Amino acid sequence: MIPLVSAAGLIKHYAITGGAFLRRQTSALRAVDGVDLDIMAGETLGLVGESGCGKSTLGRTLIRLIEPTAGTILFDGADITALDMKAMRPKRRTMQIIFQDPYGALNPRMSVEDIIMEPLVIHGAKGDGATRALVANMLRLVGLPQRAASRFPHEFSGGQRQRVGIARALALKPRFVVCDEPVSALDVSVQAQIVNLLQDLQAELGLTYLFIAHDLSVVKHISDRVAVMYLGKIVEIAEKGTIYAAPQHPYTQALIAAVPVLRPQDRGRGRRTRLSGDIPSALNPPAGCRFHTRCPHVMPICHTLEPLLRTTAAGHKVACHLTESP
Amino acid sequence: MSLLELRGLTTAFQTARGEISAIEDISFELNAGEILGIVGESGSGKSVTALTIMGLLPQPPARVAAGSVRFAGEELTTASPNRMEKIRGAGISMIFQEPMTSLNPVFTIGEQIMETVRAHERMSASAQRERAIEMLDRVGIPSATKRLNDYPHQLSGGQRQRVMIAMSLACRPKLLIADEPTTALDVTIQAQVLDLLMDLRDELGMAIMIITHNIGVIAEVADRVLVMYAGRIVEQSPAADLFDAPQHPYTKGLLACVPTLQQDRHRLIAIPGSLPEPARRPPGCRFAPRCTYRIEACRTAIPPLVMRREDRAVACIRADELVAS
Repeated sequence: MIPLVSAAGLIKHYAITGGAFLRRQTSALRAVDGVDLDIMAGETLGLVGESGCGKSTLGRTLIRLIEPTAGTILFDGADITALDMKAMRPKRRTMQIIFQDPYGALNPRMSVEDIIMEPLVIHGAKGDGATRALVANMLRLVGLPQRAASRFPHEFSGGQRQRVGIARALALKPRFVVCDEPVSALDVSVQAQIVNLLQDLQAELGLTYLFIAHDLSVVKHISDRVAVMYLGKIVEIAEKGTIYAAPQHPYTQALIAAVPVLRPQDRGRGRRTRLSGDIPSALNPPAGCRFHTRCPHVMPICHTLEPLLRTTAAGHKVACHLTESP
Repeated sequence: MSLLELRGLTTAFQTARGEISAIEDISFELNAGEILGIVGESGSGKSVTALTIMGLLPQPPARVAAGSVRFAGEELTTASPNRMEKIRGAGISMIFQEPMTSLNPVFTIGEQIMETVRAHERMSASAQRERAIEMLDRVGIPSATKRLNDYPHQLSGGQRQRVMIAMSLACRPKLLIADEPTTALDVTIQAQVLDLLMDLRDELGMAIMIITHNIGVIAEVADRVLVMYAGRIVEQSPAADLFDAPQHPYTKGLLACVPTLQQDRHRLIAIPGSLPEPARRPPGCRFAPRCTYRIEACRTAIPPLVMRREDRAVACIRADELVAS
């Protein structure tokens, strides 16, 4: 099976400038630092990691909202890394993004109808009755009443605004949607509605999702496979069932152990192992394995040699010296 | 006698649309050494409750419309501003969600902790310094003596929250109010901060009131839980019982709609609708429009919070039927 989206050696470095007139590059922030990733058609790939690990940058680079520093991106088998703006435009229809903050992502001076219609108009639709009918259809699809069309973003709650954001992203009938923390700004009782909606839409429209989130429980619920990122690198990727039941990378293990448990009987006895220390800066990531400064199983080799992402079982890849056979 | 006792507390705000009560008829007790969790979504009134206790709401537009707050036997709603200043810090202290905006960027963290100490106790500069180092040590900041001279921007988010906690402990308060203390932190750092709070309770015998929208955080640390919805307490319970057998339909819904690592569900059980705005709260039970168990009577009168067992209370007129079923 050919993956819908495929990245190889993907790198995004941000230049940090200093000195007079800020022309001199003093260092680089390595937001994404060598990522190989395949996303299969029709699947939901969950991407988790803590703030600053590069998960949002990776998601945006995959659809070229951010230009990669190096590496290649294949979309549906075709290389899109070097396409110019004009050649890229028809591709953009097929890849869209849903943002985290439903308050900041919608123009407060545009009506909901105009917001949903804008991408259609950019891609050549006329603002006529046919386009309006399409908008009406999108509203129905995301569970908003028809009267919402003439209203403005401030008249809606957070959950309803996120529905508008989803309608706008799906209006062009994309195949691939990057969901960048789509529920983390919403109230808990509303999150479930949006998660259910995203799942329904996927089933109905055959969408492929990259679901970026820091909430491991939501990612577990919605994803088919899960990738874990730490300081610009993917450290583990596997089927959801495997990665939650038997995580192999010490970072994945610690992340899962840190998730609060609701029912006391689900909790193991005694205190779980906690990660000490903070996430190092992506300006100056540790040498060797980037996780070695916090890893409870650190070995001498981890200080010097960076572990590669290797297959340890079918469909399970881990970047850790512990899992490499001697 | 409990350390903190609220009776029928109602706080109202003057708005363009008239006076709106943010919280209504809030009553609870908190004992020394206890961790009380208050869980609620936006507009539930959990932060207003904390700020009313602290006397930190600007009056006007805010006003304590009814009820009382007693801390160590002393009434706080009628205390003078001077008296409240003494109580804040030395009796009750508070930490907030965003540790970056709560720290002054142009002073070192040492100066900021010492300032707190100075405001409440007469002691020499070197003794203040000693206290600051002791507190930073206490909250697990490595090489505290050196870090004393750091500015907030030199610290990570987790360390800033530790500094905030150190500052709040500097005058050895009896009660710490933590308003969304881990919401801005990553999950591995959140776990560290929650462990720290529990250690402090164990070692200092301090009472902690932790306010959050994250029901998982409550489950980790709280002994007892208040669930708030649209300005009122809807359920009150020991933590273990609440998560085992929630009794209010809202609590049930809240627990059912969050995915957990332990369960596999094909579909999440969503609560329909959205939270009412304070100015547009429905008459009767505030949760009724979203409740699957509602009957006609729910729309007419606000259900009182009824004690069901010594330590559990629910504000739902159908609680008996629902618990039985």
